[in-house]
Amino acid sequence: MIQWLKDLMAGVAQPMALVEEGVRPVAISSEGRVSVRADQGETLAKQLALVIDLNVCVGCHACVTSCKQWNTSGSAGPLADEKPYGADPTGTFFNRVQTYEAGAYPVTETIHFPKSCLHCEDPPCVPVCPTGASYKRKEDGIVLVDYDKCIGCKYCAWACPYGARELDEERQVMTKCTLCVDRIYDEKLPKEDRKPACVKACPTGARIFGDVKDPNSEASIAIRERGGYSLMPEWNTSPANQYLPRRVTDVAGGASKVQPTVGGER
Amino acid sequence: MNPAFSVVIFTSIAGAAQGMVVALALARLVGVAMAPSFLRTGLAIAGVMLLIGLAASFAHLGRPERAWRAVLMWRTSWLSREVIVLPAFIGVVALWWLALYVGIDTVWLPLAAIVVAALLWYCTAMIYACLRFIEEWAQPLTLVNFTLIGLSSGLILTSALSVVLAQPELLPATGTAALLVTVVAWITRTMALRRNAVIKHKSTLQSATGIRAPNLVQKSMGMSAGSFNTREFFHHAGLLAMKNVKLALIVLGFALPTALLLWGVTAGFGLAFVLALAVQVPGLVADRWFFFAQAKHPQNLYYQVVS
Repeated sequence: MIQWLKDLMAGVAQPMALVEEGVRPVAISSEGRVSVRADQGETLAKQLALVIDLNVCVGCHACVTSCKQWNTSGSAGPLADEKPYGADPTGTFFNRVQTYEAGAYPVTETIHFPKSCLHCEDPPCVPVCPTGASYKRKEDGIVLVDYDKCIGCKYCAWACPYGARELDEERQVMTKCTLCVDRIYDEKLPKEDRKPACVKACPTGARIFGDVKDPNSEASIAIRERGGYSLMPEWNTSPANQYLPRRVTDVAGGASKVQPTVGGER
Repeated sequence: MNPAFSVVIFTSIAGAAQGMVVALALARLVGVAMAPSFLRTGLAIAGVMLLIGLAASFAHLGRPERAWRAVLMWRTSWLSREVIVLPAFIGVVALWWLALYVGIDTVWLPLAAIVVAALLWYCTAMIYACLRFIEEWAQPLTLVNFTLIGLSSGLILTSALSVVLAQPELLPATGTAALLVTVVAWITRTMALRRNAVIKHKSTLQSATGIRAPNLVQKSMGMSAGSFNTREFFHHAGLLAMKNVKLALIVLGFALPTALLLWGVTAGFGLAFVLALAVQVPGLVADRWFFFAQAKHPQNLYYQVVS
């Protein structure tokens, strides 16, 4: 009861201040609380993101399973599975790989399409949250859910045009990709392992992780030089994650060219 | 979208309660004669309806014990604003009832009730209308219809109540108003239904994936069975069921009540208002169900097949 009151008072007095365990603080207020929440429309200096290379994704689902393994065991989990051995299994995942077929037989292309939260720079899911459980971190632009504050109203999922959020049916709170926030800053891990689990698992290197606000990061260079594009640009959500379009390679010795009909703005 | 029964019940029942309180408040303000006991009974019924609505809205939450947190983000969230205005409205109705009970008859409480009821309609409708990429909802008619349908059902409820509780002085005013508002609501709801039936969505499978080939089909959704995404955003009702619900909402929600109200008003036949209420209740539940079911979320583009 007392803790409940304390929570309430703290929340009312400082709705913008949130504490995130295991996160390096950027600003500490006079009360000693860590301020990590970005304001709506704020331009951040750093934006971590994934760049997905559709050219090399082979649809092996290793990113899906490694994501599930890491996040069901880590600070985000457990991610519920229901009827895992039944006829109609279902479960909570942060990352899915879908498959599309473009063109008409016999000239078709199979495109494997990994899909997770895009960590939008203007995330429509954040302002609609009535409790402030959904927020975008000032520090690195990661969009997160505070599972202790979420009331499970699902309004944020309605407000995400990409369907990136999944309600955990057991805990009844909204869950989503955290960009492995509990891993990328973990100084107990070797430096090369401080990457999202999906990135580490990808056998073809189809997932590039980095700061898209840093023009010299691998992610920014890939976006710039290989025609990176956003999903559903019509809604102006400015997704941080971008996709690299399919390219076709000419006969041996010929130059590579970007396929004009498949892929982004090219 | 998959219509959540809790939200369907909450929005219809709270809307009708708001409509009845506004009807009673207007009647009090313009000085229509009615027994003080009738006014109190009406307010008590509205209060109970609002409490049922509040309970239904709690049933929508995965973690209802944390519901109090939903008042915090009123600066940015329409849902948060609704969570604040709904108890405020219940409070005004309760206060007005209490004032009448102890014999205080002021114009300020009915005035406040009208203002807060309007605010609540605005907040409820904006929850849906502010989601810009759910194009069936992101339009001014969403606000108009939430308000007018609430007013229509509230006026019909007030008229039926005045028949049951023998308040014939009230009936000419509320009955005529119910008829007019129901006809206008029928027109505006039809406008929204027509607009949504032919809506051309901005997002396509091509814009959703960035694969610009004109011939693009999904072969796998990335799961063997369903997920939250296939449960929450698809109503799983067939085309025939949708067609029947649409017919039911027009006939039961608007057409039959209009005919019955016309009969009641012109012939002065009281039972017609009670019948109009009985017919409209299932009609408006169908209407609210259809409001959710008709909305196509852009995320559905990513879930076209199960494989």
